[in-house]
Amino acid sequence: MADSKNKNGTDSGPDFEVALRDQAASLKDLVDAGKFSDALQVISALNETRDKSLFQEVGRLTRSLHEAIRNFQIDTVGAESPHKDEFSKMGDASDRLTYVVDMTNKAANKTMDLVEESMPIASEIKEEAEILKGDWARLRRREMEPDEFRELYKRMDVFLDKMTIQSDKVYRNLSDILMAQDFQDLTGQVIQKVTSLVKEVEENLVKLVRMAGKVDQITGTEHKFEQKETDMSKGEGPQMNAEVREDVVSGQDDVDDLLSSLGF
Amino acid sequence: MKILVVDDFSTMRRIIKNLLRDLGFTNTDEADDGNTALPMLQSGKYDFLITDWNMPGMTGIDLLRAVRADGALKTLPVLMVTAEAKRDQIVAAAQAGVNGYVVKPFTAAVLKEKIEKIFERIDS
Repeated sequence: MADSKNKNGTDSGPDFEVALRDQAASLKDLVDAGKFSDALQVISALNETRDKSLFQEVGRLTRSLHEAIRNFQIDTVGAESPHKDEFSKMGDASDRLTYVVDMTNKAANKTMDLVEESMPIASEIKEEAEILKGDWARLRRREMEPDEFRELYKRMDVFLDKMTIQSDKVYRNLSDILMAQDFQDLTGQVIQKVTSLVKEVEENLVKLVRMAGKVDQITGTEHKFEQKETDMSKGEGPQMNAEVREDVVSGQDDVDDLLSSLGF
Repeated sequence: MKILVVDDFSTMRRIIKNLLRDLGFTNTDEADDGNTALPMLQSGKYDFLITDWNMPGMTGIDLLRAVRADGALKTLPVLMVTAEAKRDQIVAAAQAGVNGYVVKPFTAAVLKEKIEKIFERIDS
């Protein structure tokens, strides 16, 4: 329908106003002159002018909308397209974020594996050293029998051997923990990319909202916006800029203060 | 002492379990949201519940409310360990009957202090 009437596709605004003014003036003249049948014809011409400008504007907006959607680079080709991934920056962004979750998860687990492996080694060394320390003190106080001393002598040997191997193991684990933090560089780059995409999408969305506002203006549509109530019990995740916000606690001390003010 | 740790991220469950082990609590189980946790609590004879707030399925605050509404569980000590930091949320958790509230990120010392405080109050 729009195609048949919207031939030139130029901005209809000023033309529309001129035509409207001319037709309104001639309508008044005709009514004043008592030529009602001619006046009715002008009224129908007025309607046509309005429709035509509306169609032109809708046509223009449709093209802008297409442009905006293309700028999003979301998949407009269809889910079964073999080139889906090439067209879909959004799909790519969610893949990238999944990659971040995977990488951080892997790094956290690897770090915890190594920590859990090292902690018992550290406690074992500590326990054995404590026992040896007690025996060593007894030796220094000359409270030790020769047999006991010979046994301590051997134990000390074993301990020092073990200590060399175990501290080496702990050192290697610490070094691996260090290396497990290499995800930060990779995930940081990925997140920066996604952030710039989100910014781009936001700008295009703002454009779309402006266009929609214009359609409303032409068609005289008014929207009632319902205030959406947020369900607090759903949870919101970490809060940003907590230090400057009144409605958010900025740390455990704030939580403790708040709870104690509630009688905790 | 049997403890249930509820968090949707396995790494956080692992961190909490490690800290609990350091505090001498070795009998711990895990669940990844309220829907999994509630039946475990109802059949498992747990002495203590540590839960996150923001989880898919049943959230921590809903789990807390469900626990307080359950005749057999209503006195179970509950510690919330969560990134939720709005004052309104902390007040809501307090009103729902939480025994302690730790905001993430937290330290081992804070977790220890809050757990000890809860048990002190129960023992006294």
